[in-house]
Amino acid sequence: MSRKLELIVLAIVLIFALQFFYTSSTTNANYGGTDEKAEGVINDITGGTYKPISEPIWKPPSTEIESLLFALPAAIGAGIIGYVLGYYRAKKKCENELAYKGKSKSEGDSQSL
Amino acid sequence: MHIMEGFLPTPWWQIWFAVYIPVILYGIHKLNRLVKEKREILPLLAVAGAFVFVLSSLKLPSVTGSSSHPTGTGVAAIIFGPAISAVLGTIVLLYQALFLAHGGITTMGANVFSMGIVGPLVAYLVYKAGMKAKLNFYAVIFLASALGNWATYVTTSMQLALAFPAGGVLTFGGFLSSFGKFAAVFAITQLPLAIMEGAVSALLFKYVVNVKSEILVEMKVIEDSVVRKLKGIST
Repeated sequence: MSRKLELIVLAIVLIFALQFFYTSSTTNANYGGTDEKAEGVINDITGGTYKPISEPIWKPPSTEIESLLFALPAAIGAGIIGYVLGYYRAKKKCENELAYKGKSKSEGDSQSL
Repeated sequence: MHIMEGFLPTPWWQIWFAVYIPVILYGIHKLNRLVKEKREILPLLAVAGAFVFVLSSLKLPSVTGSSSHPTGTGVAAIIFGPAISAVLGTIVLLYQALFLAHGGITTMGANVFSMGIVGPLVAYLVYKAGMKAKLNFYAVIFLASALGNWATYVTTSMQLALAFPAGGVLTFGGFLSSFGKFAAVFAITQLPLAIMEGAVSALLFKYVVNVKSEILVEMKVIEDSVVRKLKGIST
């Protein structure tokens, strides 16, 4: 199996990582979320007069809890992806082996006739 | 791309709900039919849903010095179509609105419209056009997911600009001026992340093609001849 695509993706990830190290070391960017930045733009445009029409029902009590609730579905999701792809891979291998055995057996039969 | 809870005034949040509800009903109907007819696609559906959860949880730092996240909806859109992607997008956005205070209940319609409808629709159309033009399969996946991701954030900028036009009254000039400001926050930050999403999606498709290409052929995602070419089988 060719690994060309993996190498290209790895190169893209490395360029992305270098970009981050470069930007974070040359500027004092705080890497806040864009969602909050948009809130700033709204305040800018309306002159700070906009009042949100509702509040979130529940907020994670701390950033630690927030990162837990982010990581939890991501971890479960990664598990599901790995499980299904692994299941398919093993199943395919098994089917191929059975097909190979079946084929060589029938060839043997035809020779004996 | 999350518009935060309460940050869309009346009538905008209702308008986006009105657009969202028919699509989600159609998506649920389509999903039910698909699962009934082809139970064997369930594991792949789980992978597509899980991929959205994983990618939208990964907040990445971008060139502009702010952070944002990929959406992961391109893969679901390419395999299952935009309507079913809207259902998966709703599940993820509901989780984030309820447990993370990201996005919100009133802004759910608008947020699913950008992440679960426009993004997947763009990805789906780019994919179909690219395959018709007989471009390289992985290059098409890359382009489709990257543009789908980017379109999501352009849509968010548009939604906010409509609700908050410069000058307070919705005129075309006011819309454009606000759109420029929101796009500067979202769209530029998102460019490198869209490229990352495209790359990772292409990789996921490579593995699915390797281990379970027949299901993609059955779902009419790719033709058998393309699979043979990808696997290097010459017939």
